Amino acid sequence: MALSVDLEKQLGQFFLSVQFETESGLLALLGASGSGKSLTLRCIAGLLRPDRGRIVLNGRVLFDSAAGIDLPPQQRRVGYLFQNCALIPHMSVLENVMLGYHGKPKTERKQLALAQLSRFHLQARADARPATLSGGERQRVALARTLAAAPEALLLDEPFSALDDYLKWELELELAHTLEDYGGDAVLVSHSRDEVCRLAKEVCVLSCGRSEPLQTVPELMTAPGTLGAALISGCKNLSPVTVQADGKLHCEHWAWTLPACPVPDGLTHVGIRAHSLRLGPGPIQLPCTVDRIIDNVFSYILMLQTPGQGQLRMEFDKAQPVPPAGAALSVHVPAEEILLLTTKE
Amino acid sequence: MDLFPLWNSLRIAALSALLVFFLGVAAAYYAARAPRLLKGILDVVLTLPLVLPPTVVGYLLILLLGPNHALGALVLRLFATKLLMRWWSAIFAVSVVIFPLMYRTARGAFEGFDEDLAAAGRTLGLSDFYVFWRIRLPACRQGILAGVVLSFARALGEYGATSMIVGFIPGKTATVATQVAFLWQNQGNTEAGKRALLFWIGINVAISAAVLVTVNLLERGERRKVER
Repeated sequence: MALSVDLEKQLGQFFLSVQFETESGLLALLGASGSGKSLTLRCIAGLLRPDRGRIVLNGRVLFDSAAGIDLPPQQRRVGYLFQNCALIPHMSVLENVMLGYHGKPKTERKQLALAQLSRFHLQARADARPATLSGGERQRVALARTLAAAPEALLLDEPFSALDDYLKWELELELAHTLEDYGGDAVLVSHSRDEVCRLAKEVCVLSCGRSEPLQTVPELMTAPGTLGAALISGCKNLSPVTVQADGKLHCEHWAWTLPACPVPDGLTHVGIRAHSLRLGPGPIQLPCTVDRIIDNVFSYILMLQTPGQGQLRMEFDKAQPVPPAGAALSVHVPAEEILLLTTKE
Repeated sequence: MDLFPLWNSLRIAALSALLVFFLGVAAAYYAARAPRLLKGILDVVLTLPLVLPPTVVGYLLILLLGPNHALGALVLRLFATKLLMRWWSAIFAVSVVIFPLMYRTARGAFEGFDEDLAAAGRTLGLSDFYVFWRIRLPACRQGILAGVVLSFARALGEYGATSMIVGFIPGKTATVATQVAFLWQNQGNTEAGKRALLFWIGINVAISAAVLVTVNLLERGERRKVER
């Protein structure tokens, strides 16, 4: 499958401008809440009309403002999995799934829906009302119903956000399996870096309504490129940077001068992940004092005081002896793990 | 005792409630999605009959439907029939008076509707017609049903506008409400008149109470269904 999206929409003060193109598999739209992820999905599904742009799915033009094309949602063949599942409350689980097979005779719809329910291990709940289902069951019914309509692309709007942690994990595995069987294109909207990492291959970061160029997930982690991508990818240490006359990079927050290196145009920030910092001296090092030690699940988080009255956050393996609060020490960072970031206007 | 007024009241109320169900639901549906300014204007215009004296509504209807006035004259010329003083003429009066009840309850129900349900239906490929009648309306049925039953109850009690449009012709246009007024004005001092008045009042109270009990039962059944 191939989905190409280019759209702009003004909504009050908020301006949405999203461009991406994906060839196959699962693309993730990653962004903080309010970054316009769900709005983007709504535009693709035809539930919201962009002011300008073009959306093409597998060669079919779904929307083209220049050509005056705007297919209704019914003709787009785009499945939408809603955050709250959007199960019809006055219909049983079976009737909800039967909606996906509309247009066929009733007995056939019923057979197909029953088969679909058993595929999702829901046959025992066929007569139940949505209100009586657990969060995980609701999610599975919604997915079964959406896939029943055989969509060409599947849009998943924060599918795990309403679930408990342990359920989330189980459903994530299920969803990964289901998507493999489904074979079509899918766009996953999420604000969780971890979720995206596990499920998607490609990721498009959205910050404040603007999309950034498509990246692979490893790229996002090793070279996010922009400040917005670094933030959403979980980078904890960020500082504005100036390039000195000698080409060295001066990080303002930490009063730390990094060696000269090729920098991208429009460089504004430097990012260093919490786990990129290592204890002890090295080629690129900084003297710090330990400000606070935070006990995390599998690691310690060291809050370090840097020369410029700045702070660095460092992840520290629990197997190692942890330096006491107040201790003076040096940290270093491998040159290849320094993230050079630009800021989009 | 001639029960014609009861029969006449019931058919007028039922037909008016049916008519207003469609009109009120349609108006509420469009008002709920209209831009703010238009919605404000619609709200005022469509709710006006609720607060206007029924006599004012009645007179405005006479201005519209009377044989010497716009619509009335046109219908008289085309179909050779008068729009006033028939039993069914009361449907015009009653419908206008009960319309705001239906409109406002339905609009409240539509505004509480989870639009994602309609969106889900549309992305599944279901027609807008199906989405409206099988998803939106049933999901809002509690509010809409309450509107229908309340309009029906109010329709049974309509007096002012009805009496101006259809007067009081025993066996032709008499309703429970106009019957009570007639009895009080003409036989209120006689024992037979007082007995007849109490009879009609009893019937009216009984029907209205039955309607309100129905609303309560409907709502309770609704709640039980959701809990189960």
